[in-house]
Amino acid sequence: MSDLATLAYIISAIIFVIGLRMLTNASTARRGNQLSAVAMLIAVLATLVQSGMKLEWILGGIIVGAAIGAYAAIRVKMTEMPELVALLNGTGSLASLLVAWAEYHASLVVAPFTGIAVIIAVTIGGMASTASVVAFLKLSERISGRPILYPNQQLINASILVAVLLLAAVFVIFPASSYWALILIILLVLVLGVLAVLPIGGADMPIVVSLINSSTGLAAAAAGFIISNPVLIVAGALVGASGLILTQIMCKSMNRSLGNVLFSGFGAEVAAGGAAKDAGEPQPITSADAYYLLEAARNVVVVPGYGMAVAQAQHAVKELADLLEENGTEVRFAIHPVAGRMPGHMNVLLAEANVAYEQLVEPGDVNPTMESVDVAIVIGANDVVNPDAREDSSSPLYGMPIINTDHARTVFVLKRSMKPGFAGVENPLFVKPNTRMLFGDAKATILALVGEFKDAAS
Amino acid sequence: MLLLFVFVLAAFLGFELINKIPSQLHTPLMSGTNAISGITVVGAIAAAAAGGTFGTVLGVLAVVLATINVVGGYLVTDRMLEMFGSKKERK
Repeated sequence: MSDLATLAYIISAIIFVIGLRMLTNASTARRGNQLSAVAMLIAVLATLVQSGMKLEWILGGIIVGAAIGAYAAIRVKMTEMPELVALLNGTGSLASLLVAWAEYHASLVVAPFTGIAVIIAVTIGGMASTASVVAFLKLSERISGRPILYPNQQLINASILVAVLLLAAVFVIFPASSYWALILIILLVLVLGVLAVLPIGGADMPIVVSLINSSTGLAAAAAGFIISNPVLIVAGALVGASGLILTQIMCKSMNRSLGNVLFSGFGAEVAAGGAAKDAGEPQPITSADAYYLLEAARNVVVVPGYGMAVAQAQHAVKELADLLEENGTEVRFAIHPVAGRMPGHMNVLLAEANVAYEQLVEPGDVNPTMESVDVAIVIGANDVVNPDAREDSSSPLYGMPIINTDHARTVFVLKRSMKPGFAGVENPLFVKPNTRMLFGDAKATILALVGEFKDAAS
Repeated sequence: MLLLFVFVLAAFLGFELINKIPSQLHTPLMSGTNAISGITVVGAIAAAAAGGTFGTVLGVLAVVLATINVVGGYLVTDRMLEMFGSKKERK
């Protein structure tokens, strides 16, 4: 590595750090992201300049990759953001696996330290890549979001892991004659990535995607150890750390431990006793009647969930909120940290619809004022408003901080059917005496309410 | 071993940097750091340049995948943050 290249890498690493720091503050985040892209450009240029060989192939690869990435980023709908991030995690981690493989292929003789780095890059990168694909399939509901369980699941996964460790030991000790071991490890970790995510329910995907995000960074750092490049190590470590912090925040918002998320098959069984303590019948309401209640309301809280994303109802919701405010009603949006399918999912959708940041409140701030709320409108959210999380110690959700919409004077629940939520847990909120159900597509329902307001005004 | 030292310090720096994040920024932070993890493209370029035919195939494939990650990640993060920003200008 030339001195000039080293200097370029140091500058790149510094800009990455500054960019990341700016990304954690709303007013500087966009600049921070752009700075980070500049850092990436510097690192890539410095590498290109000194690589020299096969430049036409490398540039070709960059052009193809950039075209695909740009196409995906420009075309993606904001509601599909979790799926895209899952897929991007997959491509990045698979790239780290290939780098490790190619570097080993080039030399075949590697020092033990490098050998360990190869194994780590291949294992983390390989698992994260297929795990991302399964997460993508679950998020886009191409396969069931329900946990997929089969007998001896833990035992099978543990056996594969032990096999990987044994092969890794062989590989590190006899690197020159162990090409076969590396290939076996690659195959095993790809399978293991699939098996690890299958038993995790769709509602836990925000945690899984955060964890994969962290892994992708660690795989890049491991690749950095193989080629002795500090900029990979610094950038990879930063991503690994930030992904872990996000994972931790998500676990806290669900009051669950990471081990519980990964290994419990949460939501596979319908909560026992949930069906037995039948409190009453759900009470449907027409949009005309709902309009009268809203028209008279002084204080409204909207609780969006994944259903709002599915129905792409965010713009309609914003229109309704504007009409309510014109009518003198105070409107707030209560955002649960794990609402939706990735961290901050609802914030992105509401920002797209131009909802003011000041109108967004967190559960801890809105709950104490819930008694004075006239109408709480739950749009496609379910588990984050389930009162069992507070009251029923036998519920799988018990202990998870929720938004106490059941304490509002009236609750409207917009829902497609009486099906339980992603976690598969019954929700007694739907049959509470102060709850009214508005069945149907969330967007159509909101637009009907908007229509009522407009008819009344004209 | 010196590299391990770099790794530990950088990870520590990461934890310190990202301690408090407003929940509004969770998604952009995730997709932004996701783009950063595409830094593996640097390793991919090195691998593509160094190896024989098969090594180059692996390397170029890694370049394509990592570049998708980099370009897709940065662009989509920018798109999101632009939405957050435009809202402020309006006021």
